[in-house]
Order: sequence, then C-alpha cells, then structure tokens
Amino acid sequence: MTDNVIEAVNLTKRYSGVTVVNGITFSVARGEIFGVLGPNGSGKTTTILMMLGLTDVSDGQVRVLGRNPAREPLEVKRWVGYMPDQVGFYDNLSAGDNLRYTARLIGLERLEREEKIRLALEHVGLPEVIDKPVQTFSRGMRQRLALAEILMKDAQIAILDEPTSGLDPQATLELLDAIRALKHRGVSVLLSSHLLERVQSICDRVALFSDGNIVLMGTVAELGRQVLGGGFHVEVEAEGQGLAAALRNVPGVSSVEETPPNRLRMISDRDVRPEAAVAVVGAGGRLRRLSVDEPSLEAIYTRYFQTSPVPTQGGRHAA
Amino acid sequence: MRREGSPWRGVGVVTLKELSDHLTSARMRVLEWLVVLIALAALYGAIQQIRDVTAEDPFLLLRLFTTSREPLPSFVSFLSFLVPLIAIGLGFDAVNGEHNRRTLSRILSQPIYRDALLFGKFIAGLFTLSISLIALWLLVIGLGMFLLGVPPSGEEMARAFIFLLVTIAYAGVWLALALLFSIVFRSAATAALVTLGLWLFLTLIWPALAPAIVAAVAPTRDEESLILAAQYLSRLSPSTMFGEAMLAILNPSTRTLGPIYLSQLQGAVIGAPLPLGDSLIIAWPQIVGLVAGTILLFVTGYIVFQRQEVRA
Repeated sequence: MTDNVIEAVNLTKRYSGVTVVNGITFSVARGEIFGVLGPNGSGKTTTILMMLGLTDVSDGQVRVLGRNPAREPLEVKRWVGYMPDQVGFYDNLSAGDNLRYTARLIGLERLEREEKIRLALEHVGLPEVIDKPVQTFSRGMRQRLALAEILMKDAQIAILDEPTSGLDPQATLELLDAIRALKHRGVSVLLSSHLLERVQSICDRVALFSDGNIVLMGTVAELGRQVLGGGFHVEVEAEGQGLAAALRNVPGVSSVEETPPNRLRMISDRDVRPEAAVAVVGAGGRLRRLSVDEPSLEAIYTRYFQTSPVPTQGGRHAA
Repeated sequence: MRREGSPWRGVGVVTLKELSDHLTSARMRVLEWLVVLIALAALYGAIQQIRDVTAEDPFLLLRLFTTSREPLPSFVSFLSFLVPLIAIGLGFDAVNGEHNRRTLSRILSQPIYRDALLFGKFIAGLFTLSISLIALWLLVIGLGMFLLGVPPSGEEMARAFIFLLVTIAYAGVWLALALLFSIVFRSAATAALVTLGLWLFLTLIWPALAPAIVAAVAPTRDEESLILAAQYLSRLSPSTMFGEAMLAILNPSTRTLGPIYLSQLQGAVIGAPLPLGDSLIIAWPQIVGLVAGTILLFVTGYIVFQRQEVRA
C-alpha cells in the first residue's frame, strides 16, 4: 500500500476526437495540498471529474484511495469531498437542511448527522446560520458551507475546483485558512485554480496544466529553480564595512550586488539566510533586514510559456 | 465495465426531499386549486344534467365522471386536459433546475448513482400526482353521493377505482415526457415550452391530423382500413388512449373502441352493460399502452442522462 491517495497514470480524456486531457501522470500524497493550476480550459475540471467517476476515462487509469472511480464510484465518492466550481445549494432550504440532505445521501445516522453538521458548521465559522436559508448567503459563505459539507463527510481527500474564484480578499484568506485546517486534520487536498498567486502560499506541490498536459510539476521552489534558473534571491539590509566581500565568501552564493543605501542583493543556489546572517554579524555589520524572494508562480508560469513552446505530447515533469 | 454498489442507494432520500419540495411549492398549490375548482364546476354541471335527464341508471355514479352540461366539458375531459398540465408543471425543471442551481455536480459527487437521482425525482413526481388525484377522486365521489343521494354499487366503485389508476398512468406519461425534456434542454423555459407545445399538439391537433394524414398517403380507398389506420395513428397521442380507455371503463355499454362489425352485433342487446372484466379487456391495450409509454419515455430520459456530462 503506497501512501499516495491519488495516482493517475497516462490519464487521457477525449470528447468526440478532441483530446482535452492528454496522458497526464501525477500522484497526490496523503496529507498533501496539491495545486492543479492552469488557465481556463486546460483540462483541470475534466481531470477532477474523472477522479470522481463522473465522466469516463478515455485512456490510462486513475486510482483514488486505491480504487478505480469508474468501477467503484460509490466507495470513492464516500471518502472524497468535492467542491465544484461555483458551488450551488438549494436556496429555499436552510444551511442545516442542505447539509442534512447530503448527510442522508451519504447514509449518516440521525444522531451522528446532527452532531457532525453542528461541528462542521462551527469549524468553518458558520454556526449561527444553521437555520438561515441559503439564499441570504454571500458567495464566501456558500464556499465555506461547501467546505463544511466536506468536513461533515469525514472525507480523506478534498477536491476543490476553483475554490477562491469570485471571492473578495478577506473571504479568500478565510477560505485558504479553512483549507489549511483541512490539511491539519490529515485530509489530502487537491485544488485547482487559475489564480496563481492566491494558492501559491498553501500548496505543497503544484502541477501546471496547459492544453491538457502537465507542463511542470513540483514544489514552487523547485519550479522556480528549474524555470527561472537563477536560484534564490536573498536581500540583506545591513550597516557596516566590507559586507559585500564577507557575503561573497558564503558558500553557495554566486553573486552579490550592492545597492545603496546599505542594501545587498545576492543570488544563491539555496536559501542562505542563516549563513548570511552569520557573515554579516561576523564582519561587524548591523543587520537590519534579511529576506528571500520566493519565486512566484506567476513569474514561473509567464517565463515558462515565454521560453518554451507548448509541448504537444507528454509534457515535462519537474519532479 | 461493471460498476459496484446498488443503483438504488439514495433513492428514498431523493424521493423524500423532492416530495417535500413539491408539496410545499407554490406551484403545486396553484395547480391543486385549479384542479379542485374545475372539478367542482364539472361536477356541478354533471349533477344538474343527471337530475334533469336520468331517471333510472344502474351506473349513476359513473355518470358523474362522464356527463357534461354545456358549456362545461365532463370531469373526464377536464382531467385528460389538466393532468398533463400538472405533470408538466411538476417535471419540466426537474434535472435542468439542478443544473442551473449548480447543485447537480455537488449531489452527484455524493455516494449515489445518477439512477437514484432520476428515479427519486420520477417517483416523487408520480407520488405527488397520485396524492392530488386520489384526493380529487374522493372529493368527487363523496360529493356525488352526497348530492345525488344514491349509494354506489360495488362494480361502480371498482370501475371508478380503475379510472383512478388509469389516470395515474396517464399522468405518468406526461411526467416522464417532462422529465425527458428537462434532461435534454438546459434551459427550464425551453423545456417547459417544448413540453407544453407537444402536449397541445398531441391533445388538440393530432386527433384531427391523423385521419388527414391517412387520407393523404393511403394507397387504398377502402373505408374500413382507412378508419382503422387513422385510429391507430391517432393512438400515438396519450390523450386519445386515455379517452378510449375511459370510454370503455366508465361507460359499461361500450362494446368496442373501433368500428363496429355486424358480426359483433349478432346476439347483442344494444345498450346493455358489459361485465367489468369485459370492459377491462376492451380498455386493456390502451392501459398497457399508457404504462408502456411511461416506461419508454423514462428509459429514454435515463439513457440521455447517463450519457450527459455533469459539468456546467
């Protein structure tokens, strides 16, 4: 038994001759937040639907929790929570009744049901609206209600399709916090998005989709190194003499650039902040600030498509 | 590929939810009042007419359903017109409504098959219709007994009961049709218009059109086969089938639904009622036709639904 909750091998989907998902291979480990990123129409939602057994697989295979979703959809769907793009609820019913309906479909017993619904709503910060009809809910509340549904289900995998689209910044932050909380409960999360910078902060690993291919996959740092090439950009703000020379001697640093007043930018092959701090203090400097520029997905993505043509077969895998 | 797990899982839950939606919806209340008021009007007309003309009739109760007094049609005619309207009203947005509310993919990602959703919706619709029809039926019979002051015989009640069952089957056809179009068309308004259009066509235009088509294309001038062909063709309309079945069940002296041959009249006492079993045999093809139509339309909808993509 591997520790991967989702494994897709050469997964392919064709709609009447048009290939929408083109032989992708990836896996999601237990307890991991995996980001499926890419522009609209790049095959993210189709991939998700294949994992849920809601659409047929044309070629290749996918296993979710060790099961084939086309063959055992009920078992798969029992333990996988799904938040569709633009999730909808029955507007005339209350939040509680909406969840009760789902809970009955799942087959939870009455007492267990009420308890789980209460806890789930509390967890996503909606305990007081249990009896309010959903039509009064804001978009952010609906998204959180959908998360509550996944919590109530005790899902082992949460699949979130564009969870942050259409949310204001505050609601986005709340939702991202709620997703992190899922991870802390041991739930593996697969989320898709076309908003790169929003999800960058919470994903352990990402896969970049383009035209049905995974063109890049790995941690954001790995992708940054591979695509942007330059490695880490560490910025030091310190007062003192001869700091540039001291920093140049730090192992792994390839270049140091001095920009007045008292700023040094260096490029290194790894995160050298601790060593840089030691070097600055050792040279008698007064360290004011030390920061590292995380490579941004946005930059990686833009750079990738500027430099390499979209592959037609297979795709390159970074990790 | 064989899939595992029961397709029935969740049918009961879906049915109960749909049922409570139907019974509490404003739409249902409007339709119910419409039916009750029109039933009362038809009943009133029938009772006036019966009091005026009928002296002794062994099937007085059944006359309640079939007698009309100008300008109102009889109760059965009203039903054959209104039951489709209620069925379409209940079913036209069954599946596309879930699409448009964006609840479909969320519900289908729960551990149930699509079958359960469709079955549940159909059963709930049919159950709602049955409740209304049974209430209406009891109302009419009760009022009829009260106003006429004649207790019905056992055979009358049996015929009235069969009438109820056939009406439910008739409602099933239209419900299945509405459900089918709610699957095919993404927009609820389009589905409603197409279903209503088809209903008007089949109920009003088709019975008149069928003989014309037969006359236009028939290779023969033989009167008998022309009439028979027109009759078969017009039976494509559920309303025709319902009307014929009701004629045989509620009018015991009905001997045949097609042309009468001299051989059939030999030894017959004209106007004498047939026993219930014989009436049932006459109406049997129509009854089976209605049930078969329901199943056929439902299965078509089922296949279309299974092949449909759930993504919005």
